[in-house]
Amino acid sequence: MIQSSRSLRAAVLFLGYGFLYVPIVCLMAFSFNDSPMMTSWTGFSWRWYHSLFNDQALLSAAWLSLRIALLTATAATIIGTWAGYVLARMGRFRGFALYVGMLSAPLVIPEVVLGIALLLMFVELGDLFGWPSGNGIFTIWVGHVTLCMAYVAVVIQSRIRDLDRSLEEAALDLGATPLKVFFSITLPLIAPALAAAWLLAFTLSLDDVVIASFLSGPGYTTLPLEVFSRVRLGVKPEINALASIFIVVVGICVLVANRIQRRKESI
Amino acid sequence: MSRQSLARFAPSRRTLAIVPPFVWLGLFLLLPFLLVLKISFADLKFGIPPYTSLAEIKDQTLTIGLHLRTYALLFTDSLYIATYLNSVKMAAITTLCCGLIGYPMAYYIARSRPAQRNLLLLAVILPFWTSLLLRVYAWVGILRNDGLLNHVLMWLGLIGSPVEIYRTDLAVYIGLVYAYLPFFILPLYANLVKMDLRLLEAAHDLGARPWRVFFSITLPLSMPGVVAGAMLVFIPTVGEYVIPEMLGGANTLMMGRVMWNEFFNNADWPMASAVTCVMVLLLLIPLVLFQYSQVRQLDDGRKGAA
Amino acid sequence: MSDDLLMAPTGSAHPDDFVRIADVVKIFGDTVAVQSVSLSVRRQEIFALLGSSGCGKSTLLRMLAGFEEPTSGRIYLDNEDITALPPYRRPVNMMFQSYALFPHMTVESNVAFGLKQEGVPANEIHERVFEALDLVQMAGYSRRKPQQLSGGQQQRVALARSLVKRPKLLLLDEPMSALDKQIRQKTQIELTRILEQVGVTCIMVTHDQEEAMTMADRLAVMSEGQIVQCGSPQEVYTFPNCRFVAGFIGSTNFFDGVISVDEPDHVLIESDQLARPLYVNHGVSEPLGMNVHVSIRPENIRVQREQPELDYNWAHGMVNHVAWMGSYVRYQIRLDSGLVIEASVPALMLTQDDAPGLDEEVYACWASGTATVLPS
Repeated sequence: MIQSSRSLRAAVLFLGYGFLYVPIVCLMAFSFNDSPMMTSWTGFSWRWYHSLFNDQALLSAAWLSLRIALLTATAATIIGTWAGYVLARMGRFRGFALYVGMLSAPLVIPEVVLGIALLLMFVELGDLFGWPSGNGIFTIWVGHVTLCMAYVAVVIQSRIRDLDRSLEEAALDLGATPLKVFFSITLPLIAPALAAAWLLAFTLSLDDVVIASFLSGPGYTTLPLEVFSRVRLGVKPEINALASIFIVVVGICVLVANRIQRRKESI
Repeated sequence: MSRQSLARFAPSRRTLAIVPPFVWLGLFLLLPFLLVLKISFADLKFGIPPYTSLAEIKDQTLTIGLHLRTYALLFTDSLYIATYLNSVKMAAITTLCCGLIGYPMAYYIARSRPAQRNLLLLAVILPFWTSLLLRVYAWVGILRNDGLLNHVLMWLGLIGSPVEIYRTDLAVYIGLVYAYLPFFILPLYANLVKMDLRLLEAAHDLGARPWRVFFSITLPLSMPGVVAGAMLVFIPTVGEYVIPEMLGGANTLMMGRVMWNEFFNNADWPMASAVTCVMVLLLLIPLVLFQYSQVRQLDDGRKGAA
Repeated sequence: MSDDLLMAPTGSAHPDDFVRIADVVKIFGDTVAVQSVSLSVRRQEIFALLGSSGCGKSTLLRMLAGFEEPTSGRIYLDNEDITALPPYRRPVNMMFQSYALFPHMTVESNVAFGLKQEGVPANEIHERVFEALDLVQMAGYSRRKPQQLSGGQQQRVALARSLVKRPKLLLLDEPMSALDKQIRQKTQIELTRILEQVGVTCIMVTHDQEEAMTMADRLAVMSEGQIVQCGSPQEVYTFPNCRFVAGFIGSTNFFDGVISVDEPDHVLIESDQLARPLYVNHGVSEPLGMNVHVSIRPENIRVQREQPELDYNWAHGMVNHVAWMGSYVRYQIRLDSGLVIEASVPALMLTQDDAPGLDEEVYACWASGTATVLPS
């Protein structure tokens, strides 16, 4: 065991985590501040939480975002898992490089680029075929799925690569057709990765500002869009409250997921 | 007999298994980009859609015209070139900072004892999963002239009047590094944690001092993780929109903002398309590098499994 | 169905031929993994493919299982051409080197998996699963998951899983490689017993020649994608057809020499490594003056202090190393010519006081029928 400098380690970790968590702590702390300013503490208050739950615009935006995120995560997981499986198990086929390229593109190109491209296509489609007649849930969903499936594909493909090939071969040997093997052997064995990919897609969709800006229409304001338009003008304490709720929920989910994973590994 | 010969043309089971995700990508990725390319050669017009079509049939003749106004403007107007260079510069500095902060963190997390390691990793993952928008928003409150940072500094007596950080490049840097730090730490951590510690022990055994061991063994071996993390920070940062918009000043020039402005504020769709095309072209080099490493990884994975 | 099978170098086509591999070639890119292999395995025979890694035996096995398709050539099972059949349609089952037990299923579900794919009714599945588990003595573990079993137990479950479908051909991929050396021997015997009891035709792949010798009725030695020799373990051991096989199976001593006397009933071989010629008491196919190798197994070499009376088949040297192995003593003797040879003397023939020790001068000698002449 190589002993690394204790104090150096402590300093690095303290500063690093401090940097990561100072904003988070501030958000949560000042969501209970009676004053709308993030500077001085005037007293403990729940008022921003109250006004948050009375804010119709925010609530309906949140509801819209949740629905879109659910639809996105499910579709992106299905298509992305399919793509990931193809990359991991189908060997080299004609057009393999193009496949990989198209799948990696959403990961690295700026979201603005994707947003513009998709909007232009929907406009052109609407012009030529009359459909889609306007932007809404469908267009946002398409944009989100295209973005998220790339992430899902990366996660799933790397998990399948790590999967012992002989398990799938054994199933084939015992008489299962390739389709049967996928559903009864491969999928159950990558289930944790599927869950992680689903959550990743869900989070990305829930948090997206750029693509939703391009692909949403009047009356279809997502939560991030609503938040973004408000905070451009400055600090809004209801947003602090929203952020705190978010952080707590995510924190609980992360801890629970971690517990489940640890318990599975110890079996 | 004829049924047999026709069957040759039916897609094989294997093709059916490969194609469907391809169809989605082709429809919603490839096609839109081809469209962007086409529109970049169009001209502005009022109405919906606010651009002309390239092909026109009049008097039984088909004329296809390519308007080069947009590209001409792109390459002559120094604004675009300056914006692109600035974007690359900011992305590079961000990547560097993420590396300087992220590498030591990833290193110490990877070298911690398993129980601690799990907790430390969770502490990195939590911000990663929390809404980026909301976390960056927090910095608005902290960095404003009447915000937390200035308040604390003045209260401590370190400064007399507020330091202007909000709406400057510095705020954007802070926001970018903050947002992308987990993206650097996580792939690097994955690499460091899999590193064979016996190599380090062997070096130690042969008499090398800790810093030597780090520079000659750990650092080179961790390069794939560093490169992966750097790519995941650099490439998206070049085209970032949200963070520069929220924290940056009017003259914080970044490509994402320029594209957005052309589209929404100027309603110049051909222009926005042209900027997009050039943007993708310029990103093509790191993109190809990224794809090459992905494909190589897949190949190595297959060889390893064979 | 084709009866025009060419005479396989492994012997004439036998009416009991159950598995026929005809001129199978497998090429991966630039590498030829399997070079025109032809082989026959009889009904209910346990057949071993023996060779070191890279010799092509695993590729051949995978082609039998259906995971690879031959570049050319055909494979017949029970007179049916199975070459193009996918693995899930072949009446062939394989026991994998890593056992490949499904970790998310219990032992019972693992064994039942193959039967479910066939659409066998539930109560029959239950019956046959426990029949198979009883065969391998794992019935009490039906509810456990594979991770909760030891290596040996996992192997038995894997065996049950591959036998429950009553396949026409069972394939074993390095069956003992994952087990500790100590339980290997016992398991080899037990496994052989089960296979013979069930009466299934079996082809196994191994790099361990002891395993092949213990378990197989016949074996084929492979090297660089080709079959070098095929026959019963006894045949291949006693009458290797080339230097490679002689050295691969068991250990042996090699002498290089030239045939100086060539008669129908005996030959004399002169070697630089021996002061006296080698006398072999039978005729050989190699002509006079030909360079040959002579292989003499360590167990056929006697070690004694007195000079032998004959003019041939002995050499003088000094004991380099003595190892008391329990049932035999292994001598390493440096001959006057410099060559180091190995002799295994049964412990019955020596007592510790009698036996020549380190650095002693000894004579190594052997009977004229124990040397094998091999082409160079």
